[in-house]
Amino acid sequence: MKCRLCQNKSVYKEYCKVHYNNYFEKKARSTILRFGLLKKKDRVAVAVSGGKDSMSLLKFLHKYGYNVTAIAVDEGIFGYRDKTLVTMVNFCKSENIPYKIISFKKTFGKTLDEIMDKKKIRPCTVCGVFRRYILNVAAKEYDVIATGHNLDDEAQAVVMNLVKSNISLIGRLGPVSGSKASPLFPKRVKPFYLLPEKEVMIYSFLNGLNTEFNECPNVGLSFRLRVRDRLNEIESKQPGTKNKIVEWLLSNKNNFMREESAYGGSCKLCGEPATKEVCNACLYASRLQ
Amino acid sequence: MKVFIEKDKKNISLNYSGSVAGLLEKLDINTETVIVVRENELLDEGDSVNDDDRLKLMSVISGG
Repeated sequence: MKCRLCQNKSVYKEYCKVHYNNYFEKKARSTILRFGLLKKKDRVAVAVSGGKDSMSLLKFLHKYGYNVTAIAVDEGIFGYRDKTLVTMVNFCKSENIPYKIISFKKTFGKTLDEIMDKKKIRPCTVCGVFRRYILNVAAKEYDVIATGHNLDDEAQAVVMNLVKSNISLIGRLGPVSGSKASPLFPKRVKPFYLLPEKEVMIYSFLNGLNTEFNECPNVGLSFRLRVRDRLNEIESKQPGTKNKIVEWLLSNKNNFMREESAYGGSCKLCGEPATKEVCNACLYASRLQ
Repeated sequence: MKVFIEKDKKNISLNYSGSVAGLLEKLDINTETVIVVRENELLDEGDSVNDDDRLKLMSVISGG
């Protein structure tokens, strides 16, 4: 098949490699503009795992001249995170991008593997809480945190929260969060918000960023995985479904937002943002003792 | 043709000539979940493949 814009071989949606990259980057740039995600002078902390989404985001933002620093969280998942961090470090060194790695072990005294050994806690729940905490603290030196969340991630989050009746959490979704809710919450943005996961994968492949397939060993325990698979089934039979879910969210998000005062507090133990007296990170950390 | 399915770390052999989309349908693999690579070159769903090809199906989905 030929590219729709030139005579070169197409790689996806009838775009060749060059025109696919143009298509992808234009879509990400228009997302940044549409939602006012980033300014050129911003100091941007890019939350990087070493996987295709965050590596693509780092590459893209660096290419377009944003002032980026890669921030990685090492949860301590043997055989998984240790490998992806090597990818991240090698890329940052080759591109001359500053980076920081902050570990669960140093922050909370235990790796996720050690937590899982001793406690009956859902790994994805505690991991998500601790990761957010670490990123929030690390981001204080920056104007904004950029994450590699894509269209699939957001559509999954909408469906998961609907199925679990976590209606108020739907109001927290969106391409930008944090800054309006409370000055304690760093602004978080998702430049790949409208790009499907497959398109990010293709961008990653075409730009030499993809590595060997590597999936978190705990993902099999995740509700998200089941939602992801069902959504992919529906998308293949009814293309555009994920996009419609996310556009529905964008049109209706305000109906689900709590009063802003509910987000305005700070944890009495650590001072970080909290919706209760004690934040979830301190709550989980206390249970690990 | 020989197909390596990366996510499962599995090699399979089969007889097939036709489009990439048709191959994925034959293998019962959702097009949303993989990209198809031949000799390190990405194939579009409308590209033709045949019995002489060695393909790699790389997983789109990642976790964690």
